[in-house]
Amino acid sequence: MAKRSTPGLNTSSTADIAFLLLCYFLMTTTMDTQTGLSRRLPPMPDEKQKTEDQKVNRRNIIVVKINSADKIMAGTDPIDVSQLKDKIKIFLSNPANDPNLPEMELQDIEGLRGQRRVSKGVISLQNDRGTSYQAYLAVQNELVKAVNELRDEASYREFGKKFFSLDEDQQDIIKKLVPQNISEAEPKDVSKK
Amino acid sequence: MSMFKKGKKKTVPELGTSSDIVFMLLFFFMVTTQMRDSESKVQVRVPAASEAAKLERKDLASYINIGTPIPALQSQYGTDARIQLNDSFKTTKDIRDFVAAERESKSEADRSFMTVCIKADQDVRMGIITDVKQELRRCSALKIMYSARKGE
Repeated sequence: MAKRSTPGLNTSSTADIAFLLLCYFLMTTTMDTQTGLSRRLPPMPDEKQKTEDQKVNRRNIIVVKINSADKIMAGTDPIDVSQLKDKIKIFLSNPANDPNLPEMELQDIEGLRGQRRVSKGVISLQNDRGTSYQAYLAVQNELVKAVNELRDEASYREFGKKFFSLDEDQQDIIKKLVPQNISEAEPKDVSKK
Repeated sequence: MSMFKKGKKKTVPELGTSSDIVFMLLFFFMVTTQMRDSESKVQVRVPAASEAAKLERKDLASYINIGTPIPALQSQYGTDARIQLNDSFKTTKDIRDFVAAERESKSEADRSFMTVCIKADQDVRMGIITDVKQELRRCSALKIMYSARKGE
């Protein structure tokens, strides 16, 4: 019987196919990156300290309340979530030196020549137990957006660049210039008057 | 010895395709491996936020999941929002131990940078989250992050 030889398969392209597949999976796999809004909780107050905390000047505080029906109140009037950002921006920047808006303190900031106006404004966020998390986070997001936009404006003024593209030291300067003072208040029932 | 006998000509199959087999194995494991270390027992659809930023040190994060139990467990645990720590349902009282254990697992130098990532469903009421926050404050785990997806 004649010796049969199997013809060799041309497999030179399988490696390429394998690499293509590899690249495809590399591109499409998400490594489950965590994104979110970072916050620092205030430490638990001591009993003695409690009275001292109240001494912040009234004009320096804006109280943002969310009730159990997810309605928002900023300061004294009800407001929609879409308007909140602008209100907070005005509150924090106080462009017209309004006596009802927070004090602007002239401060020397390391790394900048001359003095700059730094807001003493504090945003106090209060929510009801019945508030939905979605609404709460939407408000948090607006607050962060307001601060981020102010920081962007400040970094354009000081460095001519966006906040995001500054180096770490410059970012620290801008953070001092536009502090993010959001206080998440002690839980209380907002709906109860 | 007969085992090492040489000389007799044997036909050896071609090994040119072995690299492809290796690739196949690679893909098999890539596709089947799950990156998560704990199984989710609650349904969490995190809310969207346009300002969501990346978590910087993922290795220093510990997760608290809050949401309704998955459908398979609803007959047992009901549909109320529950807290999941590691692999089981817990109450706010267990957070203290959880935080202590998590802190212990991080290296000494990094302990102060530990972030507690709150992964809560968008329909959860704030009451349960406020309880969690208060408990975290009591354990002085003050760095937290509200998990959110990027986008409007």
